[in-house]
Amino acid sequence: MNEFIERNLRWLFPLPAVIFIVAMMAFPVIFTIGVSLTDWAMTTGGEPQFIGLKNYQDLLSDSRFYNAVWLTVYFTVLAVGVETVLGVGMALILNREFAGKDLAKGLLLLPMVATPVAIGLAWTLFYEPSIGLANYALQMLGLPASKWLASPNSVIPALAIVDIWQWTPMIALIVMAGLASLPQDPFEAAMVDGATPFQVFRFVTLPLLMPTILVAVILRGIDAFKTFDIILTMTAGGPGFASETLNIYAYNLGFGYFRFGMASTALVALLAVVLGGSLIVLWMRKRFDY
Amino acid sequence: MNNNKILHKALWYALVIAMIIPFIFPLVWIVSSSFKTQAQIVASPPIWLFVPTLDNYKNVFIDQEFGRFLWNSAVIAVGSTVLSLIIGLPAAYSISRYKQRMIGVFILLARVMPGISFLIPWFILFSKLGMIDTFTSLIASHMMVGLPLIVWIMINYFDNFPHELEEAAQVDGCTLHGAFFRIVLPLAGPGILTASTLSFLFSWNNFMFSLVLSAQNTKTLPIAIFNFVSYAEVGWGNVMAAAVVIIAPAIILTMLFQRYVIKGLTAGAVKG
Repeated sequence: MNEFIERNLRWLFPLPAVIFIVAMMAFPVIFTIGVSLTDWAMTTGGEPQFIGLKNYQDLLSDSRFYNAVWLTVYFTVLAVGVETVLGVGMALILNREFAGKDLAKGLLLLPMVATPVAIGLAWTLFYEPSIGLANYALQMLGLPASKWLASPNSVIPALAIVDIWQWTPMIALIVMAGLASLPQDPFEAAMVDGATPFQVFRFVTLPLLMPTILVAVILRGIDAFKTFDIILTMTAGGPGFASETLNIYAYNLGFGYFRFGMASTALVALLAVVLGGSLIVLWMRKRFDY
Repeated sequence: MNNNKILHKALWYALVIAMIIPFIFPLVWIVSSSFKTQAQIVASPPIWLFVPTLDNYKNVFIDQEFGRFLWNSAVIAVGSTVLSLIIGLPAAYSISRYKQRMIGVFILLARVMPGISFLIPWFILFSKLGMIDTFTSLIASHMMVGLPLIVWIMINYFDNFPHELEEAAQVDGCTLHGAFFRIVLPLAGPGILTASTLSFLFSWNNFMFSLVLSAQNTKTLPIAIFNFVSYAEVGWGNVMAAAVVIIAPAIILTMLFQRYVIKGLTAGAVKG
């Protein structure tokens, strides 16, 4: 017995985890692809019929689908873009030894670990047009009030602000860890050559830091693309369909209308996008060697 | 230190404080609102000083039975973390030691995949098995978040682990799996703490899986709070008190294990 374990350790050790993932992930994905080829809807009753690629045709001619793709990209690019600029800036400011550094880092962690549903509800209150703090702050600054979540034009930026609030510290922490691991020589050389602080940043720090920033952006991008909790709690995709991202679109199809066939099709599309993105990431890692 | 330097330092500290305030202000606001009456919360301009009331907490715990949801969340978060550790630690060790990259990528796929793509199949499957609203199905679903996290963090950890130790143990007549349990695991304490803290937090905060798979018996805190807002008469004070009830344990845990949480969240992002 012992000898059997010993000889096959390399397969026995990962086996339970692999079986679990196959059961919980691989099987559901195959099932989803299967269901996407049927007209299964819980509301109509009856047995699901095989209808081939009809759902895919329907999906590709559904304006709500394109709307969802656009909103997902818009939200992700806006949120992650701002997070990256702010996060790198914060990391550069915090990148020195000072009394209270651990406290500062600890406080910055809090938005990330606070439960998204609770955060979503609190921000919903902030955004309330008549009593919310957001408009009160605008008014203090002498700016006109906004409808925030209630207007199709401002809903995605308003949601992105919540994501930016929650996740900018993550980029800052990753970049700080990256800064700490940089070699010191290039900086000393640049100083000796009389470079200004800006030149040091532009020509030494930034290039050395680029791989770390890129990884941070990718990690954050994948998660922002999948944002669900905040959007469902705050707007559920509304007003109208103005914040219905792919995740919410698929959820609404599946659990709002119980159109499992069509929802599965949307999920296959979502999976294809996410897996495609991940493949690009893997390729980039190889290409740039990290 | 001359005056200029002191001034420079003071300005820099002011900048740091100004930078951090926006990130903690909403949390402070949630806590302070949880001690306000409805009228004080909706007052405009906002009220900064007030006599705190515990009514909201009384409503949340006594009338709405939040203690039960707190318990459910804890059982599911601890259960999914412990089970993920049991199957994840040996897997991570083996992947790291034998360079089983394909197995690693396969498990990490679960981290990349949108959780919603599992939901419809799980919902159908668990319905057919009569397992909706059971701790088993909820723990299993939350493990899909915890397991890849644990494997991801621990592969990193074991990669930087001196393997001579197990080899020495083997020379002394210990079996390889014996060495894993007796030598590697005890030394991996900090890594395990990082991985389990994060796994617990992600399960604790999980909304999507619980939304579909839980009902009366297994309702977790995030779902309880979400359902809460649909009753019009509940009031913002109660919502904020409920928010504090769910956020507080996460914050306490984070403050206690700050170093490990940071390590976990940034794991794999920085090479070297």
